Amino acid sequence: MTNFIDRRLNSKNKSTVNRQRFLRRYKSQIKKSVADAINQRGVTDVDNGESIVIPKKDLSEPVFHQGSGGIKDRVHPGNDQFSPGDKIARPPQQGGAGGSGQGEASNSGEGDDDFVFSISKDEYLDLLFEDLALPNLEKSQLDKLVEYKTVRSGYCADGVPGNIDIVKSLQGSIARRIAMTAGKRKKIKELEQELLTLISDKPDAISQQNKLKEEIRTLKNKIARIPFIDTFDLRFRNYKKEAIPTSKAVMFCLMDVSGSMDQATKDIAKRFYVLLYLFLTRTYKTIDVVYIRHHTQAKEVDEQEFFYSKETGGTIASSALELMIEIMDDRYSSNDWNIYGAQASDGDNWADDSPRCAKLLEKNILTKARYFSYIEITQRAHQTLWQKYQEISESNAHFAMRHIKSVDDIYPVFRDLFKKNTKHAA
Amino acid sequence: MKKRKPLSDSSDWSFSLLEAYQTEIARVARHYRLDTYTNQIEVITAEQMMDAYAGVGMPIGYNHWTFGKKFIQTEQTYKRGRMGLAYEIVINSDPCISYLMEENSMTMQALVMAHACYGHNSFFKGNYLFKSWTDASSIIDYLLFAKNYIADCENKFGISDVEATLDACHALMNHGVDRYKRPQKISLEEELKRQKNREEYLQSQVNSLWRTIPTQAEDIKQEKVKFPNEPQENILYFIEKNAPLLKPWQREIVRIVRKISQYFYPQKQTQVMNEGWACFWHYTILNHLYDEGLVTEKFMLEFLHNHTNVVAQPEYNSPYYSGINPYALGFNMFIDIRRICEHPTAEDKQWFPDIAGSNWLDTLHFAMENFKDESFISQFLSPKLIRDFKLFHIHDDTTESYLEIGAIHNEQGYQKIRTALSNQYNLSNLETNIQIIDANIEGDRALTLLYTPHQEIPLGNSKDEVLKHLHYLWQFDVKLVQKNLVDEIEIIAQCPPVEQKTA
Repeated sequence: MTNFIDRRLNSKNKSTVNRQRFLRRYKSQIKKSVADAINQRGVTDVDNGESIVIPKKDLSEPVFHQGSGGIKDRVHPGNDQFSPGDKIARPPQQGGAGGSGQGEASNSGEGDDDFVFSISKDEYLDLLFEDLALPNLEKSQLDKLVEYKTVRSGYCADGVPGNIDIVKSLQGSIARRIAMTAGKRKKIKELEQELLTLISDKPDAISQQNKLKEEIRTLKNKIARIPFIDTFDLRFRNYKKEAIPTSKAVMFCLMDVSGSMDQATKDIAKRFYVLLYLFLTRTYKTIDVVYIRHHTQAKEVDEQEFFYSKETGGTIASSALELMIEIMDDRYSSNDWNIYGAQASDGDNWADDSPRCAKLLEKNILTKARYFSYIEITQRAHQTLWQKYQEISESNAHFAMRHIKSVDDIYPVFRDLFKKNTKHAA
Repeated sequence: MKKRKPLSDSSDWSFSLLEAYQTEIARVARHYRLDTYTNQIEVITAEQMMDAYAGVGMPIGYNHWTFGKKFIQTEQTYKRGRMGLAYEIVINSDPCISYLMEENSMTMQALVMAHACYGHNSFFKGNYLFKSWTDASSIIDYLLFAKNYIADCENKFGISDVEATLDACHALMNHGVDRYKRPQKISLEEELKRQKNREEYLQSQVNSLWRTIPTQAEDIKQEKVKFPNEPQENILYFIEKNAPLLKPWQREIVRIVRKISQYFYPQKQTQVMNEGWACFWHYTILNHLYDEGLVTEKFMLEFLHNHTNVVAQPEYNSPYYSGINPYALGFNMFIDIRRICEHPTAEDKQWFPDIAGSNWLDTLHFAMENFKDESFISQFLSPKLIRDFKLFHIHDDTTESYLEIGAIHNEQGYQKIRTALSNQYNLSNLETNIQIIDANIEGDRALTLLYTPHQEIPLGNSKDEVLKHLHYLWQFDVKLVQKNLVDEIEIIAQCPPVEQKTA
């Protein structure tokens, strides 16, 4: 006897759990691979997964096995030249002819290549941004930020026609009709019974019969006049407003695009923002991102222009800060929004402008913003902007600055800036 | 033989066609007295086939990262086109589960049904190793029990601890087999019932290692009791019964891994025979159908193309060579046995007086039922086959700077090659011989294992890693020793390492 079973529609991801286990176990190696990979990536391929490389030796599952050495006797097929007693040179030790046979094949079968495999975009982002969070978010949430959401809440007798609940209404209608006709139906039954006895007992009492018939007809008419549905029956879906806490945040991205920023520096800055952008769009649902780029003048641009514009000129960093303040006042009141800022620059600035930047930052921005980070991308010595900012950073816990020298620094610095910690929030 | 109308003439398959072919194949199989378990044929997709691959032949596997790794590897190599998926996977269970891939053509489905559902299936049911070592009717239940038990443990004790225990057991899996004793068969129900009792019983037994009541003066005079009193080759069994600090659930996991290892042990010992038997029957059954006119020439050409690929044996100097192909050797040996029975030559009569000229079907069934690879080869490898394969024997002594040709396919070499090839399939030569010789229960509870090399082959360098796993289970010092040239015992590995102990 034989049974055929079509399993094709069964789930095909029987191995998913085991795959997760694998990722879990090799997390540290995979994370290292992810961190190495982020710096190799172009700005545009942020939507892809990543291929992960793990050294094969890390993955081995050791078992006792025979090593090399000793005496080995092997039988091979296809003799074309040998006679008993021939002595032949030992072939180089790597698979192929005369090398390992059945016994060792399982242990050293595939050579020492690295183990390479792909992870999905989600898995990639999870690993990339693990343990990271926007600083101070919790604190702000507790402070204010309340939003209302409409939720269903039972039924009511009033409402707009669009909210009529048909099932509930018809249930009401049936109940009402039963209630209003029960007495009459009972009466009709009695009268009908009476009529029957009358017809059988006194077939001649026509007028009496007619009277009964008339009464039954009247009752039936009354029942028929009870409306099928009444406004009384109508039930409407009820809604109420419920307060839900939200984490509404706005992120200002400020970038120097002046002439002093060469292409490589811009590239690094771009990558920093790409990371930031990925991080934000992934972690928080309600978040606005404002892109401001500046040379001697600042301009609010869209994402595309922010990353891909080609402008040059001198540098007045305060212009960007001023614009940020303006936009904050205009659209993002600090009562409603958690405000975050991130500024990237090569440190070049008009020397006279730097004190003004520091002042604007300290007086007008840091008072409202939850967190502001500044990254300086340069190979050279720090200039006035860095020095002025440093003074502020000493007295403001929610301002952070980091120095990036090369592409390789981006990811570690990023992690450093946004690592989950309660130090600032406390 | 009267010719009949072919069953189909298209490469597309449908369930009704599968039924039709299956019925015919079953009829022919009965004709050749193939006794099988009930077949359960499951049609699956390529992705599901990869899942099945990752499960290393277990239709229901417990969760562990190593299966995830296997899945990723399979997926990678398959996607890069480096490897085609097998056409089938068959499970030694009752009913015997076989997987057919939906991508296969009708011809391939027929081939797979003949190969797996009647070839392998009858081998599982008939071969003495499978009969005495595995219980096909209870394996699915047992695997289900194992999966649930391990999932329970993960919930109760955390994934990490369970994973570490499984890692340790996997490292010693090859040493979890009873080579001589035969396990009794029990059902899932009994298994569950016993598991509970065992947990309590085992824990109470271990306490003998902890016994602190002073021994009486009389006993002390006696010679120190050696424990275990005989060397133990089944390391996992010893751990399960004797490791002092293991928790009850860990003992059960050790047992599960040991049981699964035992279940697969016959398959390891009969690779050549099992595949050879299955290939012989798909070849014979489909040719029989062709002779009856049930399949077309087109069908046969496609079938033969695939069959030839499967049983091809590249020569030693071919880039495709990777040892002897068990399909090729097994298939040709069964074909050869049939030839010896039906058309014996003078040489065959001299080498195989018992079977030359006997009923070939009787002889084939006898060979399938009563041998494993090692004995099968030493019994049935004929001089003709040695010549056909042009087998030659290389003697490789590491102390010499050259390899020596020990024997070739000539009159003087046949016997030597047959012995050498048979040894090549002797698991006790291939697997390391490691036995527990002492557990020092009255002292520091250090565990001592003895490695006995086969032909002076040293232990591979993974030994330190494996010892770490063993140490995880035993939780006291573990030593691996070996007798050196002058018969002294010397330590070749230990855990924890000595440096740490002195520091």
